[in-house]
Amino acid sequence: MIAEFGLAALWLAAALAALQLLCGALVLRKDEPEVAAVISEIVRPVAVVQGVLAAVSFLALLVCFGRLDLSVKLVAMNSHTMPLIFQLAATWGNHEGSMLMWVTIMALAGTLIALIERRLPERTLIATLAGQAFVALGFYGFILYSSNPFERLDPPAAEGLGLNPALQDIGLAFHPPMLYLGYVGLSVAFSFAIGALLTRQVTPDFARAMRPWVLGAWICLTLGITAGSYWAYYELGWGGWWFWDPTENASLMPWLAATALLHSVSVLAARDALRTWTIMLGVIAFSMSMVGTFLVRSGILTSVHAFAVDPKRGAFILVLLAIYIGGALTLFAVRAGTVAEGERFAITSREGALVVNNVALSALLGIVLVGTLYPLVTEAYGVKVSVGPPYFTPVSAMFFLPMLVVLAVGPLLRWRRDSLERIQGPLVLFFVVAVAALAGIWFNTSIGFLPLIGMALAAMLAVASFMPARGRSLRRLPLAVWGMMIAHFGVAVGLFGMAADSAFTVEKLVAVREGETVEVGPWRATLKTVEPVAGPNWTALEAGLAVSYDGGPGKLLSPQQREFWAPVQKTSESALLTRWNGQLYTVLGDEADDGRWQLRLWWKPFVTWIWYGGILIGLGGLLSLLGRVGTDLKRRHAQVRIARRKRTAE
Amino acid sequence: MNRWKLWLPLVLFAGFCLVAVWPLLHPPSSDIHSQLIGKPLPQFSLKPASPDLPGVSTQDFRDGKPKLLNVFASWCVPCAAEAPQLGQLQRQGATIVGIDLRDRPEDLAQFLAGNGNPFARIGADDIGAVQLGIGSSGVPETFVIDGQGTIRYQHIGDIRQDDVAMLLGKLKEAES
Repeated sequence: MIAEFGLAALWLAAALAALQLLCGALVLRKDEPEVAAVISEIVRPVAVVQGVLAAVSFLALLVCFGRLDLSVKLVAMNSHTMPLIFQLAATWGNHEGSMLMWVTIMALAGTLIALIERRLPERTLIATLAGQAFVALGFYGFILYSSNPFERLDPPAAEGLGLNPALQDIGLAFHPPMLYLGYVGLSVAFSFAIGALLTRQVTPDFARAMRPWVLGAWICLTLGITAGSYWAYYELGWGGWWFWDPTENASLMPWLAATALLHSVSVLAARDALRTWTIMLGVIAFSMSMVGTFLVRSGILTSVHAFAVDPKRGAFILVLLAIYIGGALTLFAVRAGTVAEGERFAITSREGALVVNNVALSALLGIVLVGTLYPLVTEAYGVKVSVGPPYFTPVSAMFFLPMLVVLAVGPLLRWRRDSLERIQGPLVLFFVVAVAALAGIWFNTSIGFLPLIGMALAAMLAVASFMPARGRSLRRLPLAVWGMMIAHFGVAVGLFGMAADSAFTVEKLVAVREGETVEVGPWRATLKTVEPVAGPNWTALEAGLAVSYDGGPGKLLSPQQREFWAPVQKTSESALLTRWNGQLYTVLGDEADDGRWQLRLWWKPFVTWIWYGGILIGLGGLLSLLGRVGTDLKRRHAQVRIARRKRTAE
Repeated sequence: MNRWKLWLPLVLFAGFCLVAVWPLLHPPSSDIHSQLIGKPLPQFSLKPASPDLPGVSTQDFRDGKPKLLNVFASWCVPCAAEAPQLGQLQRQGATIVGIDLRDRPEDLAQFLAGNGNPFARIGADDIGAVQLGIGSSGVPETFVIDGQGTIRYQHIGDIRQDDVAMLLGKLKEAES
């Protein structure tokens, strides 16, 4: 019954989305103001109920998975008796469930807009909600017609086929919801952009209303990507943290666009400049989320972890893309010219620096997109190629590294017009730090060009990121400024981790007998034992590996080779030992004929800094968000108080 | 900003759609087929998996009679689902040779007792070496082998009711 209940709720939600779109369209036509006013009253409640119904539908699916209801086809195909947390996570570890999660988050975002958004002009808000309903309607249609998660299986299965063991991991239980919150949060920015274009109201107020949504989505994307990268690093057993796989690029592209949007929406909010840019990026950011979804779901790109490979579904999503993105871009082309330019500014100004940052981010986005799509183009000519790190890493570094210089200088510049002479002191300091770091590393090590530049720039950026606080009282510094400084510092930390990892990693692949010792970097590792162990739904061979750093005290690591039986799959469970200055990464391989075991050991100096950087960036975003929301609440309270005082005076 | 520049994003997006439509119309096959189709079975010899039936080696396929080679295991749910169809094939004259993948004898005995035993021989492939050797990547899979030991056809996944006649036809073809 629960499955049918969930399906019914989903149909109702879809119907309400249609109603929401219709009402919105009627209001915007504004033929008869009285009728429009009446209909306008309906849109908010409809949006609220639509979100609640979608959430009910998603909860019903969660219950089906939690109870392991094997009469539901999706459950039987994707779950199995396993720890409850993974049984629940299996809900979104598949195509249908993740699409339902997508549309649920989107509908709930609509609920939230309807409940709390007070700054937008009424007509822009109605247009935004109509846009939101329009996009959601396509996804409801997609789920109901080609990806029904509640389909029954008759007769029910005796046992489920199980969840891909690589996904049976706590990191993967939380990584997709995080990313989805980000993707879908960007759908709000998209709807805002459409709403503003329709009503021609691209104002600083609009930007201030849009900013928390962009910021929230961007935080979730940042943390989601960071978690996904760490998961791939420790779970796949390959010791790498970014592979430029289409699936990874699918999450990176919206992030790049969202980062650009975040900065340009701030310019619009503070200075009423960059109107068309902001609208454009609002459209692009969510478009990238959908393009990524399409690439990963349609099966047209070969990816190590693309799922739900199905050309029919791919065609459906492509049609949706054509309608939404094509429609939005057409609207943009027609209307953007009528949106007045906004304030002017000199090149040497805060705005100017942000424009450079925006252009560089867009160029990066273009590079990743072209690299991701290139195999598709060549395949049309019958040539199979794969584009990987040898293309992406140097080409993206070429744009990313110079951008960091602007990132260091930009926050020190004043709005509208400034001169570099005014900030001469900090500029000289940055230069000295960068050159000192460059020389220091150059004389002490022999590393490649890109890592060298990366580390020097990281050192400079680490100093530069806290410069905006100089000469100001730390306690009175707004939370948003703290957020910016911490996020920028996070970029420096992450960059240092990436450069150090690529420059200093030491790898050893050996075959050893029990009792033998290997050295890798400053580590000594002795293979003590290899013994079978059993878990809740797997068996494994587990190595007892005694390791010690630089002659220090010994510690025991236990890398495993796991065999899952539902579905049958082998995974390598790497064992990691983390120090402040890096990580020892160990993987147990196969047994050779003569009783020796393959061991793969990596010493990765400062690799964890990559993810610390990601967390810092996310934390910076969170502080900014809290600061902005706090200021808004204060302003609203003040307005209410003034209004009350006026009333009593009258 | 020039008006024409505003149309640029739409033009780029149209380009993307064109690039994306082509592979959708020409989807690559996602099944991994054995590279050995049309080639002789590799040399192998497997010990008996069940006390009642002999084991399997390459020599068994050289007696001039086409056979079905079925890769299965007791822990595999679709293998139980295809058991009635295997029984049907056997009753209609097909010789079925089994390769039992990473299994325990007592589990196998229970599986055969519960689902019937259509096999003429069953070899125990404890480490999956033969499975990989013949180019099979999952269970169940069924190969049609002709009388000289050449792999003629590979069926991936469980055998459904609709597949029975097709497989009998493939066996007939393999006689020539």
